[in-house]
Amino acid sequence: MKLFGFIAVFIVGSVLLVMTMDFPGWGDTSSPASQGQVSSFYIEETINETKVPNMVTAVLADFRGYDTMFETVVIFIAGIGIIAVLRTFSDHSSPAPDEPEEDNEGGDLIIRSTCHLVVPLIQLFALYVVAHGHHSPGGGFQGGVMLGTSYILFALACGLPAAKKRMGERRAIIIAAVGIIIYAGWGVACLLFGGNFLDYSSLDPLLPGDAQMARSHSMLAVEIGVAFTVTAIMFAIYSNLATRGRLEKGL
Amino acid sequence: MIWQFDIIILIFMVVAALIALRVKDLLGATLVFGIYSFLICLLWAGMGAVDVAFTEAAVGAGVSTVIMIATVFSTARRSKD
Amino acid sequence: MEFLATGFFEEYIVPKFNYWIYVILMMIGLFAMITKNNLIKKLIGMAIFQTAIILFYVSIGVKAESGIPILGHEQHHAIVEEGQPSSEVIKKDKFANPLPHVLMLTAIVVGVSTLGLALAISQRIYRSFDTLEEDEILDQLRPGGHD
Repeated sequence: MKLFGFIAVFIVGSVLLVMTMDFPGWGDTSSPASQGQVSSFYIEETINETKVPNMVTAVLADFRGYDTMFETVVIFIAGIGIIAVLRTFSDHSSPAPDEPEEDNEGGDLIIRSTCHLVVPLIQLFALYVVAHGHHSPGGGFQGGVMLGTSYILFALACGLPAAKKRMGERRAIIIAAVGIIIYAGWGVACLLFGGNFLDYSSLDPLLPGDAQMARSHSMLAVEIGVAFTVTAIMFAIYSNLATRGRLEKGL
Repeated sequence: MIWQFDIIILIFMVVAALIALRVKDLLGATLVFGIYSFLICLLWAGMGAVDVAFTEAAVGAGVSTVIMIATVFSTARRSKD
Repeated sequence: MEFLATGFFEEYIVPKFNYWIYVILMMIGLFAMITKNNLIKKLIGMAIFQTAIILFYVSIGVKAESGIPILGHEQHHAIVEEGQPSSEVIKKDKFANPLPHVLMLTAIVVGVSTLGLALAISQRIYRSFDTLEEDEILDQLRPGGHD
């Protein structure tokens, strides 16, 4: 078995290595990818059409917004799938635990104090990354993942029951669904105003500024939707995987 | 994009990938996989792909490593090969 | 032998060296997915394979001596406030190609979703079979029979 695997990998690897001889050199500006029409259009015309300096965010949220919407749906389906595979519900008539129910947070004193200092800063920076995605590297995904990991840090430091009070299972699923509704709903709003689906320039009467600023504002709205979904699903994935589906006691 | 820097980071990445697959303790393998994610983030930052590096730093070295550690703690700790 | 030492290195090895390492990384990941026995090791191999492919794809958009694909402050000011035509202010070769970055952002996030779901399934397998080694699971599924 290992021998067959090794032979197969060796054949594929040598074919790929021989093909790299035909590639353009590293960083060649005359390669077909760099001279192509599509990327030249994106580099030169993004600022004229959308007034957004960050080309990657503009292409992600405006020119290729359909892809991003379905990517958000993929994250949502992964979260729902993990809940469906792992989640078990224990009987409500289980015997009471020996120690009394504690309402305060568990964990060490030093770790808890550091967590109380650090988590608000992380969340503030995550919101900054979401909102400032037009002018600096960032956007919806990065800010959403950071916001989700702030909840994971809180769960690791202060115990999972304390984090569950702030983002329980029901609240996480509702926030994730609201994120997708914002994204798809914005596309339907473009339909209602007379344009194509996700054609933001038709929202010009509704948003302040001219047609290009309407696209810039709409990109911010859909990035907020993406951030909602990613935040909730990251925490739902962690809480289900860390407790084997029972959501009782964390790591 | 200094090519000497790139070559050193790439060699470290290959070594990290080989170590992550040979170590029998699964917790160690997961942590070395975190090192691999961090090195690939550095490589992209040097190439000028800052959005991709940001996402990989948050997702690969953050969430991916944490959920793998969570799974390793809930299941077996050592592997036979 | 002097020309072999200097010209050969810069002309043949340095432009293509990166692509060879990417292919080696991909093959390491593929080999791990096929031959490793432990399920978590197979998943680590899958993740190495995925990130190596994403690395290769992003490297297509690299241009020598270019900056990041974000307009600087003075260029933004010149185009938006003063109204200069953008094809004069923006030099195309000074910006990295933004298209592979966009496609690979989606790929990274889809990769982490797949990893999360695979880890959940492996926990479920552990709950049912009490082991994570592939040969022990196959023995329990088909007692005595060997494929």
